[in-house]
Amino acid sequence: MDIKQRTQIYNNLCSFARKCIYSILSVATLPNHIAFIMDGNRRYSKQHNLVDGEGHKVGYSSLMSMLRYCYELGVKYVTVYAFSIENFKRSPEEVRSLMDLMEEKIEGLIKEESLVNQYGVRVHFAGNLKLLSKPVRLAAERAMKATAKNSKAVLTICIAYTSTDEILHAVEECCEEKRDDVKVSNDGKYEKDVINVVDIERHMYMAVAPDPDIIIRTSGETRLSNFLLWQSSNCLLCTQSVLWPEIGFRHLVRAILEFQHKLYYLNKQKQT
Amino acid sequence: MDPVAESQKFFRRISQSSNIMLFLLWHVVHLILSVLYIVREIFRAIENYLITNGYVKTYTNLNLDRVKYLGIVIDSDEARNTSKVVELLEWLSALGVKKLCLYDREGVLKKSKAVFMERFGSTENSVAGPLVSKKRMDFEFVSITDGKEAVAKAANLLFKKYYVDGDSEKPFFTEAHLTDALKTLGAVEPDPDLLLIYGPVRCHLGFPAWRIRYTEMVHMGPLKYKKLGLIMKAIHRFTKVKQNYGS
Repeated sequence: MDIKQRTQIYNNLCSFARKCIYSILSVATLPNHIAFIMDGNRRYSKQHNLVDGEGHKVGYSSLMSMLRYCYELGVKYVTVYAFSIENFKRSPEEVRSLMDLMEEKIEGLIKEESLVNQYGVRVHFAGNLKLLSKPVRLAAERAMKATAKNSKAVLTICIAYTSTDEILHAVEECCEEKRDDVKVSNDGKYEKDVINVVDIERHMYMAVAPDPDIIIRTSGETRLSNFLLWQSSNCLLCTQSVLWPEIGFRHLVRAILEFQHKLYYLNKQKQT
Repeated sequence: MDPVAESQKFFRRISQSSNIMLFLLWHVVHLILSVLYIVREIFRAIENYLITNGYVKTYTNLNLDRVKYLGIVIDSDEARNTSKVVELLEWLSALGVKKLCLYDREGVLKKSKAVFMERFGSTENSVAGPLVSKKRMDFEFVSITDGKEAVAKAANLLFKKYYVDGDSEKPFFTEAHLTDALKTLGAVEPDPDLLLIYGPVRCHLGFPAWRIRYTEMVHMGPLKYKKLGLIMKAIHRFTKVKQNYGS
């Protein structure tokens, strides 16, 4: 038996084991929307003495694995924090290398044999896309268009995103929309508030998905770093000490088990 | 005997038994998880004992200067137990915390404001005299209405200022505009550096989104099982955190 055959058998065994675990997890409610903060790529690079930027490439394959596990399990919405507006503060070389990597990987998503087409995933890019370089922005628009007909699951990639920018953008869009709705009384006084919470939520970049059920952050950090702050009111915040490139199936299972364990309380919070 | 019907019956029985098996396995897994949580609680209790009795030297000198603004999130049902909240505040005051933001979803803590202000407040009306001036703390009480609804009100303020009033020209909106509008509505306090969450789940329960960008959030467990040693550990850990703020 050569290496290829052994690897194939090993992969088949892992796939079968995963399916057994999915069957057990599926007894109870599964999360509808999982979000990931992919932290730890640079630390991984340093720890393994890799060239700068290699950690992100390894992180990308971890992302593909996690997406595969989520979609196999039947989680309909997955959101990932790929690039924050604050990350533009990094060195120009690092930002350029990240943009190049993103452009390359976004183009990969559109290919026929890619994971998103395999699982019927519709891709959205959430964020202030005007801040991106033109090639990345165009690639993102192409990917959204190419996957628009997919309807089994949704992948939202947060790029040039921060929650505060998202809220500000939604407020601005509301103001533009309501411009003609304003009612001014006879003495010129502005009558009532025209913008409410529902209006703002309608204009959020993340309006394409329901609120997340779980946010998983790797590298042991306990903050959200301006990610989904508005949408995480009733969300289980999971911190795992593993670095993103080292994340595996067992970490996802741990998060889902914790979610199922606390489901009654989380559902109660959603109803208040 | 119809072979098709027989085979259907057979597969249905197998499917039912496998469903029962999966159901049992799920419960076994969650039972193991519950046991692990109990074991973790026991370890936390031991750790708390060691810290509060001074066996762990690392936590004896807490650098509270780094915690400029401490936030406490409490599950609303637990917040109704005012004596437990007062006990928690006594611990924090003994540690030297001077400024505190208290949040619960339903505003239960807001309703008990008078109790806390009387006991710990730094105003002249407070019953506590000068001898206990060390225990004085400044409070901010926050609930869910200070979150999304406050942003909606701020949006209306901006709308009125820049879209309705004919005189003002609409500027290029920045986060500073929204922050100023929120300040006008009363949100003048800074963002909490550290949020201690008391409840069954690590969830911020709707704490105002605009104020927790880079806030470290630590789950402390239910309020009824609060432990002073773990508060010290959380604060100590916070003082060691290095934030890049994205760069």
